[in-house]
Amino acid sequence: MAQAGMVKAGGQPGMVPGWVGYALMPVLNLIAAFLLSGLVILVIGENPVDVLSLMLSEAVGYPEAIGYTLYYTTDYIFTGLAVAIAFHCGLFNIGGEGQAYLGGLGAGLVGLALTGWPWPVAALAAILASALLGAAWAWIPAVLQAKRGSHIVITTIMFNFIAAALMTWLLVDVLIKPGQQSPETREFDPGVWLPSMEQAAGWFGVTLPNSPLNLSFLWALACCGLFHLFLWHTRWGYALRTVGRNERAAVYAGISPSRQIIVAMLISGALAGFVGVNEILGVQHRIILNFTGGVGFVGIAVALMGRNHPVGIILAALLFGVLAQGGAQVSFEYPTINRELVMVIQGLVILFAGALENLFRPQVEALFRRRGAAATEPGRG
Amino acid sequence: MEDALLLALQLLGATVRLATPLVLAAFAGIYCERAGVVDIGLEGKMLAGAFFAAAAASATGSPWLGLLAAVAAGVALALVHGFACITHNGNQVVSGMAINILVAGLAPTLAYAWFHYGGQTPLLPSSARLPQIDLPGVEAVGAVPVLGPVYRELITGNNLLIWMTLVIVLATQWVLFRSRFGLRLRAVGENPAAVDTAGLSVTRLRYQALMITGVLTGLAGAYLSTGHGAGFVRDMTAGKGYLALAALIFGKWRPGPTLFACLLFAFTDALQARLQGVPLPGIGVIPVQFIQMLPYVLTVLLLAGFVGKAVAPRASGIPYVKER
Repeated sequence: MAQAGMVKAGGQPGMVPGWVGYALMPVLNLIAAFLLSGLVILVIGENPVDVLSLMLSEAVGYPEAIGYTLYYTTDYIFTGLAVAIAFHCGLFNIGGEGQAYLGGLGAGLVGLALTGWPWPVAALAAILASALLGAAWAWIPAVLQAKRGSHIVITTIMFNFIAAALMTWLLVDVLIKPGQQSPETREFDPGVWLPSMEQAAGWFGVTLPNSPLNLSFLWALACCGLFHLFLWHTRWGYALRTVGRNERAAVYAGISPSRQIIVAMLISGALAGFVGVNEILGVQHRIILNFTGGVGFVGIAVALMGRNHPVGIILAALLFGVLAQGGAQVSFEYPTINRELVMVIQGLVILFAGALENLFRPQVEALFRRRGAAATEPGRG
Repeated sequence: MEDALLLALQLLGATVRLATPLVLAAFAGIYCERAGVVDIGLEGKMLAGAFFAAAAASATGSPWLGLLAAVAAGVALALVHGFACITHNGNQVVSGMAINILVAGLAPTLAYAWFHYGGQTPLLPSSARLPQIDLPGVEAVGAVPVLGPVYRELITGNNLLIWMTLVIVLATQWVLFRSRFGLRLRAVGENPAAVDTAGLSVTRLRYQALMITGVLTGLAGAYLSTGHGAGFVRDMTAGKGYLALAALIFGKWRPGPTLFACLLFAFTDALQARLQGVPLPGIGVIPVQFIQMLPYVLTVLLLAGFVGKAVAPRASGIPYVKER
């Protein structure tokens, strides 16, 4: 869906350079989104330039802040990849939120169970368990779509709500630490915590500032590599993309769309589930309520802005990481601004970069075509 | 016997009250999806309606200005959706999601800045709320055995918007299937190229449909914050827009079945409120969370089992690009 416009960008060959579609248009759209965000900040009575520049400096201005930003980025890479793989199969997975929540349950159960084990074992087990539960949560909507034709957008949304209720029940009635009021589990044994980047760098004699950034960031980058390999260098990836491009052609080629739908959603759910490794095993060290906080929805924006390609997804995830970290800090410093302002900016970025991606295209393309025509004119004469 | 009847009537009354915003939102969805525009942003438009209704009613003391503000907010967002999806051929699901996220952030942000009340509006006095309609003769009819309780619990004392919703339901059935506008609306959702060939503007028809969607979602929001409730609270739609969308699909984009689906969802909602903490024979007390899950699980089951393959209007979700 998202690439359709990209193909058209080269409608007149050689006239509009490729970077216009990949770089210039997203930047223009982002600027538009930020201008409108500034307007909202003006309405609530603050200076938009001050707020936005504070946001930026609090997100990338000093090493500790960068650590926080990359920690948010980790989540967004996972959910961005999750949405993207479903996209490549022509599916809209809005259920990343629920799948990430269940993935956290998987990682958390491993953290609770493996007391006394070395952390590498726990990390591997947590990756497996979060993938398994995340995939399981995506599997039911996938089967319903593939076999019964129920609308996957609706079922995945419903599964977000069901996951939220299920997790609340588990935390309130089942997994809660005995003799405690707030609905959360006991803290895991420190031996199984996923080492923070600060710790890991320390093994090599490098000093990093303290932040929630942990080894799952590296796993996120590895997933980007695996995603690329799978999708463009294996026959499974080929089959998956074929279904996404043209279901009927896939059937003629002997590819079963329903099988690919299920495969794509299983991978998608597993990727979303890895959010749980970062959040639960890496940072919280216990299962808490609502630790996902909208990462599944941000993943949709990340995938769209990243053009469903791993490199683009890393860049887009970085952008949303900056927004999340900067926004959190701004709300501390301004009494009139609360964390929801970040959602406003996110919403506007999604609107302009995702839905209005063609907004400036005609004008920009016309501009380049005119310049291209002017440049080739003398040569022809 | 008398008690059981009363209980049933109270449950039905609650069902009608809970169904009203769902029906308004789902019928809002019928108009735009029949015209070929998917609108996953019903939730956001409703939330915006709820906020602006409460904000305007709180500032002016008039529920009518609140209603107007809610409708204006719904229409404004619908126009944004139209601008992205119709004018610029943007992705409709993404545009809807963006609107949902935007409003989920914007409403509490503005509430915080304007009212300093922790992301809510102050509690509205009853004069700033949409009135309920008390029909005459409650005393006279109330004494009649069965008719009395029915009249008292179900008919009289309902909010104005509930009656308006009833009118909208009947009007929609007529507009869609008996009016020229409805015929064109349905055609543009099935085969926009044919409509275009007939010399009608696809763009214009789709914008018209979206305006109606905006009005209806605005009404739904106003009902939540100034009719049923007394003020805006954060996230007060709580997934009702998505449930409405599910009802729409379950109802196969037809008014009657969609209304039925909304009533069913509202009934499970009313039931879950009643069931909380009540031991069931043979099962005991079911944890609250499982009861709260009921409408969502029911949606999944219904979509999976009873409707079978949901066939949307054929051009739904596809931007129309005029041939050049």
